[in-house]
Amino acid sequence: MDWRRFGFIAFIIAILFSVVVLIGKAEISPAVIITSMLATTIAVATPLTLGALCGLYCERAGVVNIGIEGMMLAAAFFGWLASIYMNTVFGMAPMPSLIGGVAFAILTGGLLGLLHSVLSVTFKVDQIIGGTVINILAVGITGFLNRQLFFEKGSIFGGNVPHAPGVLPRIQIPLLADIPVVGRIFDQQPITLAAIALVFITHFVLFYTRWGLRTRSVGEHPRAADTVGINVVRMRYANVIIGGMLAGLGGAYFTLESVPSFEPLMTNGRGFIALAAMIFGNWTPFGAWAAALVFGAAQALQINLQFFRESIPPQWAFLQISYIVGLAPYLLTMLILTGIVGKNIPPAADGQPYEK
Amino acid sequence: MQSSEERASPQTKSILRFLRPALNTLGVPLLAVLTAMIVGGVVIALAGGDPFMAYIGLFEGAFGSPKALSETAVWASPYIFAGLAVALAFKGGLFNIGAEGQLAFGAVMAALIGYALPGWLHIDLPAFIHIPLAIGFGALAGALWAAIPGALKAYTGGHEVINTIMMNYIALNMTSFLLNGPMRDPNPLNVVARTPLIAESARIPPLFEGFRVHWGFILALAVAVVVWWLLWKTTMGFEIRTVGANPDAAKYAGINVKRTIVLTMALSGLLAGLAGTIEVTALNYRHELGFSIGYGFDAIAIALLGKNHPVGVVLAAILFAAMRNGGTRMQFLTQIPVDIISVIQALILLFVAADAIIRYIYRIRAREERVVLTRGWGG
Repeated sequence: MDWRRFGFIAFIIAILFSVVVLIGKAEISPAVIITSMLATTIAVATPLTLGALCGLYCERAGVVNIGIEGMMLAAAFFGWLASIYMNTVFGMAPMPSLIGGVAFAILTGGLLGLLHSVLSVTFKVDQIIGGTVINILAVGITGFLNRQLFFEKGSIFGGNVPHAPGVLPRIQIPLLADIPVVGRIFDQQPITLAAIALVFITHFVLFYTRWGLRTRSVGEHPRAADTVGINVVRMRYANVIIGGMLAGLGGAYFTLESVPSFEPLMTNGRGFIALAAMIFGNWTPFGAWAAALVFGAAQALQINLQFFRESIPPQWAFLQISYIVGLAPYLLTMLILTGIVGKNIPPAADGQPYEK
Repeated sequence: MQSSEERASPQTKSILRFLRPALNTLGVPLLAVLTAMIVGGVVIALAGGDPFMAYIGLFEGAFGSPKALSETAVWASPYIFAGLAVALAFKGGLFNIGAEGQLAFGAVMAALIGYALPGWLHIDLPAFIHIPLAIGFGALAGALWAAIPGALKAYTGGHEVINTIMMNYIALNMTSFLLNGPMRDPNPLNVVARTPLIAESARIPPLFEGFRVHWGFILALAVAVVVWWLLWKTTMGFEIRTVGANPDAAKYAGINVKRTIVLTMALSGLLAGLAGTIEVTALNYRHELGFSIGYGFDAIAIALLGKNHPVGVVLAAILFAAMRNGGTRMQFLTQIPVDIISVIQALILLFVAADAIIRYIYRIRAREERVVLTRGWGG
């Protein structure tokens, strides 16, 4: 990832932030708006960051994964379900149930990662179709179970959605969170903090450990890796499963950290945008994180404008800026894929099954 | 590799040679459906329902009466168009995940032609002009929507899979804007995002009095024949298939690969646009936000199940329509939510896509041509 692209990312984020400052009410100081924007950007970029890291592990090992969306959706549902079961059926306290829910979300993601590797590594199914299968399967299963468990008479919760144990609490980073105004940026929830830590960890693992070197070699030139005794199949399995677990953690963000409820299709394309973030980050952890922040900023703009903007006359209500800004992440993704903003160079063996 | 076919006697050899193509084209999809139904039955049993009752209900609800048959055909019409759209793109080596957005865009355009021409511009057209006009513009809108990712693929290398998904979200955002804003039904009783009803002159009539099945179903079957003719009997179809099979070879053979890619996507979008157009002009007589959701993925499953052949697509579309239509009756009989159908369909797709699993379970050997979709991302 070159500095030009980081510059481009900073430029886009600056534009998005200035839009909020410009449209925002005059009596609110820009510092407050920018701080709020930064805090929201970092928070809403979490599933994108984790999804992008998922894609990173998979593709660095040579397996294309467009099933991130489905992995996150399924993990969001099963993590939430597990936390409710622990809380209401087994009578556990809210906090342990939430942590248990996160564990289940990670497990769900890992299992779907296993499914993806069975399909694409063992059965050598076209990896894009394999990913699509996971996406469709996740929509079907979560929709079915959501209805079957919560909205049918005679189901376990008797047709009512039970009380969820809430969301993960905020963690104030000592010292930093005490700074006036700006301190709000360092007041985040655990999955968000974990995602940032995982960016650094992934960078270290991929570029400074033996595991990372082997992963990359399997993704660049599996035959050469095989010749020197690296088990290509095992490396691919392990990395896709690790990736799935990261996507699972990203899924937990939706139902255990953001809001305490589940809706069908709630991931709403975030998995695909995460994939685009990974591509824009040129298959590097820091690049992917930076790109995730761009998409996060576009979403944060929509959220923050609701608080900071002057109210608009009702006859113009339909012409909301959210429609225009709402398009930004998608248009940006398409722009990035054209390669105009620097060339995207995937791992050489990305998407190719390894035939021994 | 030494196969047992080479060691078999001449008779077995010829029988195998005769059976193999049939097994390949029919066997794997049928076995995939069967396996998915079995797994789905286990899920139903686990959920506390009676799987046999469920499938009887499903069958009754789909084919049990003239009305059921009519409703199955109603469901099948958009499925056939959308399935053909994805199948045609597959033949050209492209994965069109964007049928949903193209369908929504086609539906919006058809609705616009349907109600705005008489409503806003006070142009009253006879039905034989108004209907083709609405269908034509709807199809064109879908074609345009798909041509954008096609052009991006051909000229910049941007992968169509991500681009068509992005176009889905853009289409959803834009239709949401249009249906909440300029195109919203002005009726004061209306609380949802939808267009006004289209004019009588733009409505495709039903096939039989008293049933909802309409001429759109016949049109869908006719279009399936046209797609078959186009793909296998014309130069254009040959070019599309050649580019799909091997773009490098196509280039050396003098085919304009980039133009063919754009054209394939446009044709695919045209078919998807027709799916939306038919729903508006023949069934709902308006476009409502959110109705298009889910069609894109169903279309992928239908195309793969139909082995990307028009005949297969029609059969697969009717199967999927029967499941959607019969689901209500199934739910009535067994209290299992209709959503189980989505699970079964996902399983069908899983087993069709991973045909190696089916071949492994049922010991069917041999491979056939397969489309290579994963070709790396970006430009």
